[in-house]
Amino acid sequence: MSDLGHVVILAGGLSPEREVSLRSGDRLRDALQEAGVDATTADADSVLIPSIIADPPDVVFPAIHGACGEDGSIREVLALLGVPYVGSTADASRFAFDKPTAKAIVRSAGLLTPESVTLPRETFHDLGASAVLDRIVATLGLPLFVKPARGGSALGAARVMTAEELPGAMIGCFAYGDTALVERCISGTEVAVGVFDFGRGPEVLPAVEIVPVGGAFDYAARYTTGRTEFFTPARLPADVAVTAAAAAVTAHSVLGLRDLSRTDLIVSGREVFFLEVNVAPGMTETSTLPMALAAAGLDLGVACRDLLCLAAARGS
Amino acid sequence: MVASEIRALFAVAARPEIVSLAGGMPFIAALPLDAVGEMAGQLVTDRGAVALQYGSGQGDPGLREEICEVMSLEGIRAHPDEVVVTVGSQQALDLITKIFVDPGDVVLAEGPSYVGALGTFASYQAQVVHIPMDDHGLVPEALEEAITRLADEGRRVKFLYTVPSFHNPAGVTLDAARRARVLSICQREGFPVIEDNPYGLLGFDGEPQRALRADDAQGVVYLGTFSKTIAPGLRVGWVAAPPGVRDRLVLAAESAVLCHSSLAQLMVREYLATQPWREQVKVFRELYRERRDAMLESLAALMPASCRWTRPGGGFYVWLQLPPGVDSKAMLPRAISSRVAYVPGTGFYADGSGADHLRLSYCFPAPDRIREGVRRLAEVVGAEVELLSTFGVVPAPGTVSQTTVSQTPAPR
Repeated sequence: MSDLGHVVILAGGLSPEREVSLRSGDRLRDALQEAGVDATTADADSVLIPSIIADPPDVVFPAIHGACGEDGSIREVLALLGVPYVGSTADASRFAFDKPTAKAIVRSAGLLTPESVTLPRETFHDLGASAVLDRIVATLGLPLFVKPARGGSALGAARVMTAEELPGAMIGCFAYGDTALVERCISGTEVAVGVFDFGRGPEVLPAVEIVPVGGAFDYAARYTTGRTEFFTPARLPADVAVTAAAAAVTAHSVLGLRDLSRTDLIVSGREVFFLEVNVAPGMTETSTLPMALAAAGLDLGVACRDLLCLAAARGS
Repeated sequence: MVASEIRALFAVAARPEIVSLAGGMPFIAALPLDAVGEMAGQLVTDRGAVALQYGSGQGDPGLREEICEVMSLEGIRAHPDEVVVTVGSQQALDLITKIFVDPGDVVLAEGPSYVGALGTFASYQAQVVHIPMDDHGLVPEALEEAITRLADEGRRVKFLYTVPSFHNPAGVTLDAARRARVLSICQREGFPVIEDNPYGLLGFDGEPQRALRADDAQGVVYLGTFSKTIAPGLRVGWVAAPPGVRDRLVLAAESAVLCHSSLAQLMVREYLATQPWREQVKVFRELYRERRDAMLESLAALMPASCRWTRPGGGFYVWLQLPPGVDSKAMLPRAISSRVAYVPGTGFYADGSGADHLRLSYCFPAPDRIREGVRRLAEVVGAEVELLSTFGVVPAPGTVSQTTVSQTPAPR
């Protein structure tokens, strides 16, 4: 065992990404144990705080996806408890998790991101949905991509090819959150770029190219083995690959993220567009970050152990 | 197995923070667990050499005698030789489908139908044709119409699968007059009835309904289980079948599992022989009746006026029809966010319909949790109606995407 002491991986939570998070947590625990770390998993529930107080872990690795895990709340609680943890602060997580906010921040840093509008459901109710939707289509054109402003794993997300499909997509989106982000749909190559910072500044991992077999990288395609083809490194021209890598590092930096992140991009021609960034990236067997680590010749357990050591040294 | 959003949501529904009106788990805590534990220990001490050994493919003879006693409560007179013990009635469904169905054959089933049966039928590539129900169960006229239509199309019906008492998910019971008509239709057409009766002894009013098998020993294959009257963890169910079917079932069971667990079978046999099991079933009935009442009272008090639901006389489930346009599958994420879970109706149809319904179960949560769950659900439905009104969307029937994976949590 390493000299890290006891490490708790937080996994589960009550968001629709619970199942994915549990799988991420189990994989991370196994990888850390292989790397000599005394690691166990714990859920974010009513026994978490009493158990941390009774037996404080030396470091926590948050692997809860979606709300609670990525919106900053669990990190705020860890700070209240005085427990060191891996990853971004509560404040930075909050900005990153809110896609419209993250888009605005990275745009101000010079990155491209698809044109979009962000509207809560009340706006449609108060102003009349059809009038608002008509203006969205007139302004952004078609096709569009509708997704919850906060959330992950493509839950509640839909590609909209015609104006007639838009109301149904909005309803599907509002099932997962009360604010919708409607983006101009950019056709191109989807890539995910991981960033790790082992104390030497942000280091970018090889981009992973995502090619869903059925055309859409939806929830099932993300977490079902064989439903998506991955190419690591992504099949991008060298200069575009450099642009994508730089975009991920820029996003990580301007959003004030710490330790690790994964930025999702879409490459259209030679242009690289920012879609979103994740502060608790998936660690399942079909997740892109572990693939990128492997492609870089890094072991998942060793890399995460190094991040835990940094967090322990940093303190609460 | 394909990962699905619905499965992801059910992973959350299993958490105690959520009031789950989704799963069909019997309330095992009502069992006298101390007595059962003592009995199990004694069984291994006294008869371990038998209980831990291989057994017969047809099942323990003493247990089969006890099963005939249990079935007699529903008017069935069966000989132990006609009984095959199975790994829950789910294995019975699998074996029967394996025996009867070739790919493309038609299986008739109520619409909606038990999701576990639909999964089994799909795995043998059966074509399920749903027969509508009303408050009195399967509609015989609709059965006649379907048979005529299928004959015109040259399609071959292999059997009718039915849950006649306290239907899962519909909660309704086939009335006595219709039982006779359904039997007569199937006899005339020359195909068997598969009578799946897990809830028959869990009626809240009067004596158990007379089983279909009681009036047609040759034309009905009866599936029973101790999952609801004792415990599902024992996985002890059975089939009562005519000799020709029984022989093939025994061969198929031996091919599948060699033999059932001797320990589980002897535990059930011992439980039936030594424990006051009839009184225990009464305890279950009263417990479930109280929960049913809590659910029906809450629904009446809280749900929007345009909702409709069944009023089960037993069993575990209420089948609820949503206001026009509300899609139970699309609404589930919002329900989970509001900390209440149900099963969308689409899981209970082989053809992708059912989005306008959902299944609520009252068997597991305590009455106050049921009331709280219904309160949360009513708010969710109200919000969904408002959302639909905002966007003016009423989904066209049949637009629900079909899926090949289970859309319900694991327990039936």
